[in-house]
Amino acid sequence: MIENDVLIQEYSIKGWDFSRAGEASCEIKDSLKQIGIPQDVLRRIAIATYEAEMNVVMYAKSATLRCEISPELIIITFDDKGPGIENIELALKPGYSTATPEIREMGFGAGMGLPNIKQNADSFNISSVVGKGTKLEMRFNLTH
Amino acid sequence: MTLLEVQKTLQAELLTLNVDLSRDVSSACASDLMSDVLAFHSPNTLILTGLTNQQTIRTVEIADAVGVVFVRGKRPENEIIEFALKKQIPLMTTNYCMYDASGLLYAKGLSGVTEQVRNFHKRND
Ligand SMILES: Nc1ncnc2c1ncn2[C@@H]1O[C@H](COP(=O)(O)OP(=O)(O)OP(=O)(O)O)[C@@H](O)[C@H]1O
Ligand SMILES: [Mg+2]
Repeated sequence: MIENDVLIQEYSIKGWDFSRAGEASCEIKDSLKQIGIPQDVLRRIAIATYEAEMNVVMYAKSATLRCEISPELIIITFDDKGPGIENIELALKPGYSTATPEIREMGFGAGMGLPNIKQNADSFNISSVVGKGTKLEMRFNLTH
Repeated sequence: MTLLEVQKTLQAELLTLNVDLSRDVSSACASDLMSDVLAFHSPNTLILTGLTNQQTIRTVEIADAVGVVFVRGKRPENEIIEFALKKQIPLMTTNYCMYDASGLLYAKGLSGVTEQVRNFHKRND
Protein backbone atom coordinates (compact mmCIF):
# COMPACT_ATOMS: atom_id res chain seq x y z
CA MET A 1 0.00 0.00 0.00
CA ILE A 2 1.33 3.48 -0.89
CA GLU A 3 0.05 6.65 0.80
CA ASN A 4 1.61 10.06 0.01
CA ASP A 5 4.94 8.56 -1.05
CA VAL A 6 5.04 6.30 2.00
CA LEU A 7 5.15 2.56 1.43
CA ILE A 8 3.29 0.69 4.13
CA GLN A 9 3.57 -3.01 4.90
CA GLU A 10 1.50 -4.76 7.54
CA TYR A 11 1.96 -8.14 9.17
CA SER A 12 0.02 -9.92 11.87
CA ILE A 13 1.94 -11.71 14.59
CA LYS A 14 0.48 -14.47 16.70
CA GLY A 15 1.42 -14.99 20.32
CA TRP A 16 3.13 -18.25 21.30
CA ASP A 17 3.59 -19.33 17.68
CA PHE A 18 7.28 -20.25 17.84
CA SER A 19 7.31 -22.00 14.48
CA ARG A 20 6.79 -18.66 12.72
CA ALA A 21 8.50 -16.43 15.25
CA GLY A 22 10.83 -14.05 13.47
CA GLU A 23 9.38 -14.62 10.02
CA ALA A 24 7.94 -11.11 9.69
CA SER A 25 11.20 -9.48 10.80
CA CYS A 26 13.16 -11.53 8.28
CA GLU A 27 10.71 -10.58 5.52
CA ILE A 28 11.04 -6.92 6.41
CA LYS A 29 14.82 -7.24 6.41
CA ASP A 30 14.75 -8.88 2.96
CA SER A 31 12.50 -6.27 1.44
CA LEU A 32 14.50 -3.37 2.91
CA LYS A 33 17.68 -4.96 1.60
CA GLN A 34 16.15 -5.13 -1.86
CA ILE A 35 15.41 -1.41 -1.91
CA GLY A 36 19.03 -0.71 -1.01
CA ILE A 37 18.92 0.26 2.68
CA PRO A 38 22.59 0.36 3.84
CA GLN A 39 23.81 -2.69 5.77
CA ASP A 40 24.50 -0.92 9.04
CA VAL A 41 21.05 0.62 9.45
CA LEU A 42 19.47 -2.51 7.97
CA ARG A 43 20.99 -4.61 10.74
CA ARG A 44 19.81 -2.19 13.42
CA ILE A 45 16.27 -2.28 12.03
CA ALA A 46 16.30 -6.07 11.78
CA ILE A 47 17.55 -6.60 15.34
CA ALA A 48 15.12 -4.15 16.93
CA THR A 49 12.18 -5.51 14.93
CA TYR A 50 13.07 -9.10 15.73
CA GLU A 51 13.39 -8.44 19.48
CA ALA A 52 10.01 -6.72 19.46
CA GLU A 53 8.46 -9.56 17.44
CA MET A 54 9.86 -12.13 19.91
CA ASN A 55 8.37 -10.17 22.80
CA VAL A 56 4.95 -10.36 21.14
CA VAL A 57 5.37 -14.11 20.60
CA MET A 58 6.48 -14.64 24.20
CA TYR A 59 4.20 -12.28 26.11
CA ALA A 60 1.23 -11.11 24.04
CA LYS A 61 -1.80 -12.65 22.31
CA SER A 62 -1.42 -11.00 18.94
CA ALA A 63 -0.06 -7.91 17.29
CA THR A 64 -0.08 -5.85 14.15
CA LEU A 65 3.36 -4.98 12.86
CA ARG A 66 3.49 -1.99 10.57
CA CYS A 67 6.49 -0.88 8.56
CA GLU A 68 6.37 2.57 6.97
CA ILE A 69 9.05 3.36 4.46
CA SER A 70 9.70 6.86 3.20
CA PRO A 71 12.86 8.27 1.62
CA GLU A 72 14.23 9.71 4.84
CA LEU A 73 12.69 7.58 7.53
CA ILE A 74 11.55 4.09 8.43
CA ILE A 75 8.95 3.74 11.16
CA ILE A 76 8.19 0.33 12.68
CA THR A 77 5.27 -0.04 15.06
CA PHE A 78 4.00 -3.00 17.04
CA ASP A 79 0.50 -2.73 18.42
CA ASP A 80 -0.28 -5.74 20.56
CA LYS A 81 -3.18 -7.18 22.49
CA GLY A 82 -1.85 -8.68 25.65
CA PRO A 83 -1.11 -8.21 29.34
CA GLY A 84 0.61 -4.85 28.90
CA ILE A 85 3.66 -3.74 30.90
CA GLU A 86 3.09 -2.47 34.39
CA ASN A 87 6.41 -0.73 34.97
CA ILE A 88 8.01 0.34 31.71
CA GLU A 89 11.06 1.88 33.36
CA LEU A 90 11.82 -1.44 35.01
CA ALA A 91 11.17 -3.41 31.82
CA LEU A 92 13.79 -1.26 30.06
CA LYS A 93 16.51 -2.20 32.55
CA PRO A 94 19.03 -4.72 31.17
CA GLY A 95 18.51 -8.03 32.93
CA TYR A 96 14.88 -7.46 33.93
CA SER A 97 12.72 -10.31 32.68
CA THR A 98 9.53 -12.09 33.64
CA ALA A 99 10.25 -14.95 31.22
CA THR A 100 9.02 -18.36 32.36
CA PRO A 101 11.42 -21.32 32.63
CA GLU A 102 9.88 -22.56 29.38
CA ILE A 103 10.88 -19.37 27.58
CA ARG A 104 14.36 -19.45 29.12
CA GLU A 105 14.90 -22.95 27.83
CA MET A 106 14.40 -21.60 24.33
CA GLY A 107 17.24 -19.14 24.79
CA PHE A 108 15.25 -16.06 25.74
CA GLY A 109 14.69 -14.19 28.97
CA ALA A 110 18.04 -12.40 29.25
CA GLY A 111 16.17 -9.15 29.77
CA MET A 112 18.13 -7.67 26.89
CA GLY A 113 15.41 -7.21 24.27
CA LEU A 114 13.97 -3.82 25.17
CA PRO A 115 17.35 -2.25 26.11
CA ASN A 116 18.71 -3.47 22.79
CA ILE A 117 15.73 -2.11 20.85
CA LYS A 118 16.33 1.24 22.53
CA GLN A 119 19.99 1.23 21.54
CA ASN A 120 19.38 0.26 17.94
CA ALA A 121 16.54 2.65 17.13
CA ASP A 122 17.24 6.33 16.45
CA SER A 123 14.18 7.11 18.50
CA PHE A 124 11.82 4.88 20.37
CA ASN A 125 8.54 5.17 22.19
CA ILE A 126 6.63 2.67 24.26
CA SER A 127 3.23 2.95 25.89
CA SER A 128 1.14 0.33 27.55
CA VAL A 129 -2.19 -0.26 29.22
CA VAL A 130 -2.19 -3.11 31.72
CA GLY A 131 -4.68 -5.78 30.70
CA LYS A 132 -5.04 -4.34 27.18
CA GLY A 133 -1.73 -4.23 25.38
CA THR A 134 1.46 -2.48 24.43
CA LYS A 135 2.40 -0.11 21.65
CA LEU A 136 5.99 0.20 20.55
CA GLU A 137 7.21 2.64 17.93
CA MET A 138 10.73 2.86 16.62
CA ARG A 139 12.19 5.23 14.07
CA PHE A 140 15.27 4.88 11.92
CA ASN A 141 16.75 7.83 10.03
CA LEU A 142 18.02 7.15 6.55
CA THR A 143 19.77 10.52 6.19
CA HIS A 144 22.42 11.75 8.57
CA MET B 1 40.15 -17.15 10.14
CA THR B 2 37.80 -18.88 7.69
CA LEU B 3 34.91 -21.21 8.49
CA LEU B 4 36.97 -24.08 7.11
CA GLU B 5 39.72 -23.36 9.67
CA VAL B 6 37.06 -23.25 12.38
CA GLN B 7 35.82 -26.65 11.28
CA LYS B 8 39.35 -28.11 11.36
CA THR B 9 40.23 -26.56 14.71
CA LEU B 10 37.12 -27.92 16.38
CA GLN B 11 37.10 -31.23 14.46
CA ALA B 12 33.54 -30.26 13.69
CA GLU B 13 31.08 -32.06 11.49
CA LEU B 14 29.42 -29.90 8.85
CA LEU B 15 25.65 -30.32 9.06
CA THR B 16 24.73 -28.17 6.08
CA LEU B 17 26.52 -29.96 3.27
CA ASN B 18 27.93 -27.96 0.38
CA VAL B 19 27.68 -24.53 1.96
CA ASP B 20 30.58 -22.18 1.35
CA LEU B 21 33.22 -22.45 4.10
CA SER B 22 35.67 -20.01 2.59
CA ARG B 23 33.95 -17.06 4.26
CA ASP B 24 35.89 -15.08 6.85
CA VAL B 25 34.94 -15.12 10.52
CA SER B 26 35.51 -11.74 12.17
CA SER B 27 34.84 -12.66 15.81
CA ALA B 28 32.98 -15.21 17.91
CA CYS B 29 30.15 -15.02 20.42
CA ALA B 30 29.59 -18.01 22.72
CA SER B 31 26.18 -17.95 24.38
CA ASP B 32 23.01 -19.90 24.94
CA LEU B 33 21.04 -16.66 25.08
CA MET B 34 20.12 -15.30 21.67
CA SER B 35 19.26 -11.84 23.00
CA ASP B 36 22.84 -11.54 24.22
CA VAL B 37 24.09 -12.47 20.76
CA LEU B 38 21.78 -9.82 19.29
CA ALA B 39 22.93 -7.18 21.78
CA PHE B 40 26.64 -7.80 21.20
CA HIS B 41 26.45 -8.36 17.46
CA SER B 42 29.03 -7.44 14.92
CA PRO B 43 28.86 -8.55 11.30
CA ASN B 44 30.32 -11.96 10.41
CA THR B 45 30.39 -13.17 13.99
CA LEU B 46 30.48 -16.91 14.55
CA ILE B 47 27.90 -18.13 17.07
CA LEU B 48 28.90 -20.94 19.46
CA THR B 49 25.88 -22.29 21.27
CA GLY B 50 24.12 -25.32 22.67
CA LEU B 51 20.77 -23.95 21.58
CA THR B 52 19.50 -25.97 18.61
CA ASN B 53 16.10 -24.41 17.87
CA GLN B 54 14.91 -22.30 14.97
CA GLN B 55 15.59 -19.07 16.85
CA THR B 56 19.33 -19.71 16.51
CA ILE B 57 18.98 -19.72 12.72
CA ARG B 58 16.78 -16.61 12.82
CA THR B 59 19.46 -14.89 14.90
CA VAL B 60 22.07 -15.61 12.22
CA GLU B 61 19.81 -14.10 9.59
CA ILE B 62 18.86 -11.05 11.62
CA ALA B 63 22.35 -10.22 12.92
CA ASP B 64 24.34 -11.06 9.75
CA ALA B 65 26.30 -13.72 11.63
CA VAL B 66 28.54 -15.98 9.54
CA GLY B 67 27.46 -19.37 10.91
CA VAL B 68 26.86 -21.56 13.94
CA VAL B 69 28.90 -24.15 15.82
CA PHE B 70 26.79 -26.31 18.11
CA VAL B 71 28.89 -27.38 21.09
CA ARG B 72 28.71 -30.43 23.37
CA GLY B 73 27.74 -32.59 20.40
CA LYS B 74 24.32 -30.97 20.07
CA ARG B 75 22.46 -31.41 16.83
CA PRO B 76 19.33 -29.65 15.65
CA GLU B 77 16.43 -31.59 14.12
CA ASN B 78 16.58 -32.20 10.38
CA GLU B 79 13.87 -29.63 9.82
CA ILE B 80 16.11 -26.93 11.29
CA ILE B 81 19.10 -28.05 9.23
CA GLU B 82 16.99 -27.87 6.06
CA PHE B 83 15.76 -24.41 7.04
CA ALA B 84 19.40 -23.28 7.37
CA LEU B 85 20.37 -24.93 4.09
CA LYS B 86 17.67 -22.99 2.25
CA LYS B 87 19.30 -19.83 3.49
CA GLN B 88 22.84 -21.17 2.93
CA ILE B 89 23.69 -20.72 6.60
CA PRO B 90 26.61 -22.93 7.69
CA LEU B 91 25.95 -25.16 10.71
CA MET B 92 28.52 -27.41 12.38
CA THR B 93 28.58 -29.58 15.46
CA THR B 94 31.56 -30.35 17.67
CA ASN B 95 32.04 -32.61 20.67
CA TYR B 96 34.08 -29.94 22.45
CA CYS B 97 32.31 -28.18 25.30
CA MET B 98 31.70 -24.45 25.05
CA TYR B 99 34.78 -23.60 27.14
CA ASP B 100 37.21 -25.78 25.20
CA ALA B 101 35.79 -24.84 21.80
CA SER B 102 36.11 -21.14 22.65
CA GLY B 103 39.63 -21.62 24.01
CA LEU B 104 40.80 -23.46 20.91
CA LEU B 105 39.51 -20.73 18.59
CA TYR B 106 40.87 -17.97 20.82
CA ALA B 107 44.32 -19.60 20.79
CA LYS B 108 44.22 -19.40 16.99
CA GLY B 109 43.64 -15.66 17.14
CA LEU B 110 39.86 -15.40 16.92
CA SER B 111 38.67 -12.85 19.45
CA GLY B 112 35.32 -12.36 21.17
CA VAL B 113 32.85 -9.51 21.39
CA THR B 114 34.02 -7.92 24.66
CA GLU B 115 34.28 -4.55 22.95
CA GLN B 116 30.60 -4.76 21.94
CA VAL B 117 29.69 -5.71 25.51
CA ARG B 118 31.59 -2.70 26.87
CA ASN B 119 29.98 -0.38 24.33
CA PHE B 120 26.53 -1.69 25.13
CA HIS B 121 26.89 -0.98 28.83
CA LYS B 122 28.54 2.37 28.23
CA ARG B 123 25.67 3.48 26.00
CA ASN B 124 23.19 2.22 28.55
CA ASP B 125 24.61 4.21 31.49
N1 LIG C 1 4.85 -6.90 24.31
C1 LIG C 1 4.95 -7.12 25.63
N2 LIG C 1 3.83 -7.39 26.37
C2 LIG C 1 3.92 -7.60 27.71
N3 LIG C 1 5.07 -7.59 28.40
C3 LIG C 1 6.21 -7.33 27.72
C4 LIG C 1 6.21 -7.10 26.32
N4 LIG C 1 7.48 -6.86 25.93
C5 LIG C 1 8.23 -6.95 27.03
N5 LIG C 1 7.48 -7.24 28.13
C6 LIG C 1 7.96 -7.37 29.53
O1 LIG C 1 9.19 -6.68 29.67
C7 LIG C 1 10.20 -7.58 30.13
C8 LIG C 1 11.54 -7.21 29.52
O2 LIG C 1 11.50 -7.41 28.10
P1 LIG C 1 12.88 -7.67 27.33
O3 LIG C 1 12.57 -7.89 25.90
O4 LIG C 1 13.82 -6.57 27.65
O5 LIG C 1 13.44 -8.99 28.03
P2 LIG C 1 12.93 -10.50 27.86
O6 LIG C 1 12.01 -10.62 26.72
O7 LIG C 1 12.41 -10.93 29.19
O8 LIG C 1 14.28 -11.28 27.58
P3 LIG C 1 15.11 -11.24 26.19
O9 LIG C 1 14.52 -10.17 25.33
O10 LIG C 1 16.50 -10.96 26.59
O11 LIG C 1 14.96 -12.60 25.61
C9 LIG C 1 9.69 -8.96 29.75
O12 LIG C 1 10.23 -9.97 30.56
C10 LIG C 1 8.20 -8.80 29.96
O13 LIG C 1 7.86 -8.88 31.33
MG1 LIG D 1 12.54 -9.82 24.84
